[in-house]
Amino acid sequence: MGREAKVRRAMPKSRYYFWVGVFLFIIFSIIFLIYFATMRIDYVWAWHKIPSAFMYHKQVEIKAEIQGTVASITPEKDQSLIKVKGTGEEETFTVPTKDLRVSVNDFVYPGDVLASYGKWQTGIMLQGVWITLKVSLFSIIFGIIIGIIGGLSRISDNPAAKWLAITYVELIRGSPLLVQIFIWYFVVGTMVNQLLLAYGLHEIPGLWYGVASLACFTGAYVTEIVRAGIQSIGRGQIEAARSLGMSYAQSMRYIIMPQALRRILPPLAGQFISLIKDSSLLGIIAVRELTKATREVITTQLNPFEMFFVCAALYLVMTFTLSMFVQYLERRTQTA
Amino acid sequence: MIEARNVFKTYYVPHKVEALVDVSTRIEAGEVVVVIGPSGSGKSTFLRCLNHLETATSGHIIIDGVDILNPKTDINKVRAEVGMVFQSFNLFPHKTVEENVTLAQRVVRKRSKKEAAERAMALLVKVGIQDKAAVYPDQLSGGQQQRVAIARALAMNPKVMLFDEPTSALDPEMIGEVLDVMKTLATEGMTMVCVTHEMGFAREVAGRVIFMDAGRIVEVGTPEHFFKNPTHERTKSFLSQIL
Repeated sequence: MGREAKVRRAMPKSRYYFWVGVFLFIIFSIIFLIYFATMRIDYVWAWHKIPSAFMYHKQVEIKAEIQGTVASITPEKDQSLIKVKGTGEEETFTVPTKDLRVSVNDFVYPGDVLASYGKWQTGIMLQGVWITLKVSLFSIIFGIIIGIIGGLSRISDNPAAKWLAITYVELIRGSPLLVQIFIWYFVVGTMVNQLLLAYGLHEIPGLWYGVASLACFTGAYVTEIVRAGIQSIGRGQIEAARSLGMSYAQSMRYIIMPQALRRILPPLAGQFISLIKDSSLLGIIAVRELTKATREVITTQLNPFEMFFVCAALYLVMTFTLSMFVQYLERRTQTA
Repeated sequence: MIEARNVFKTYYVPHKVEALVDVSTRIEAGEVVVVIGPSGSGKSTFLRCLNHLETATSGHIIIDGVDILNPKTDINKVRAEVGMVFQSFNLFPHKTVEENVTLAQRVVRKRSKKEAAERAMALLVKVGIQDKAAVYPDQLSGGQQQRVAIARALAMNPKVMLFDEPTSALDPEMIGEVLDVMKTLATEGMTMVCVTHEMGFAREVAGRVIFMDAGRIVEVGTPEHFFKNPTHERTKSFLSQIL
């Protein structure tokens, strides 16, 4: 690999740098044009609001629940014990010492703030990234399992296995993913959850129907990739394995699959990168993944331009990381 | 050891071809049989039928008392006893030379790691390639690869060895090293069936030569009979062209 033909004329240094300059000029022109256009429509850039969509400092207040007087405050290191005495009742609160709002003998009503403390909380965006990663990871794992079973069935001599695999692949590849997601959520999801409720069991959250739709969708493509990978291994390999007395399953496991897997890594990587991007569709069935999270943030922060750029960049980071990881695997599995 | 009785093999795809027509022969233990014939004569098909890589359309093929055309036969068990060497070597490219030789011993014969490695080493020494045990097949020459392939087949302690044009894909200067290994095997009493174009090998090593044409066995005899006074016209014309 990496031995693509390099039939080209040597380019003089000066001309080379000229074209590098052209590249940079075009990139910066596009960025400037976008910026210029936003200025013309009086768009107010608010990049500074973005971090709060990921992490924010939250002030937590501890409130009194009864009416009475503060009987005592006993400090213990960082924490303090506040004892509130009411008529015939008594309550004790453990609060951080730093931000005490009451002193001994104060009279408090229910709802009065006794103390407060700050706390870092994860924002919607970070949760969105997490959901996207989670959905993608599960879909990839199930997609691989479906794909390997499907690929082996596809090349099987058994008509039931073979035709099932063909039907599955054609159905999935012939219909839009969006429609498949709707079917999984509104048709399958409704049926399964109704049945579960009827038998007194818990409903399955929408996220898992999303995972199912993505896994099924990817599985069909992985099936074809696995089939092509297996068929690309020469007949001689399985003949050699079988002639040594190995069963079909053993030959597949020790001889064909290891070689096929190495060949299908690059197309698999492409498929899984697609999958990460396709997970953005799950917002429509109320799975709060990255794109849905972005849109929710926009409704409160009113900065759609920035947020969509950030959203796209985050997908880029995820897909790029995956592609780097696969390249690393490819290099590691290459023999000699 | 091997008995073929009225073996027919007909392909229907893409059109009807009678690859084997009423082939019957017996090969005794310890015998070295060389099968010769023009290309398309069915000699490779016959060899591949002997370990069921091709399924004969009708007839009986009995290996060591077991009819491999009986659907109830565990073909994997029979194949473990029948070694095969291919024209294109078919070594496992993702395994080292040593792993190529040990894999089937471990998986099929269920030998321990140590036992398999010892047997592999002994065989690699025998075929003269022990110093390449740790390399991958693509770093070997064709002759070396074919010798590893022979060692891989021998590692299973087969009762019969089948050779399917083992030297046809080799550069001329590498043919000798492979034939030498095969000659050693023959002198050690291994039962061998070889499809080959190496007439020198046939003359020197074969106990019996089978000449095939158009899917039929035309003539069977000792090498002297064959190369001095063949009886059939077809045999004569074939031999006159290659000798």
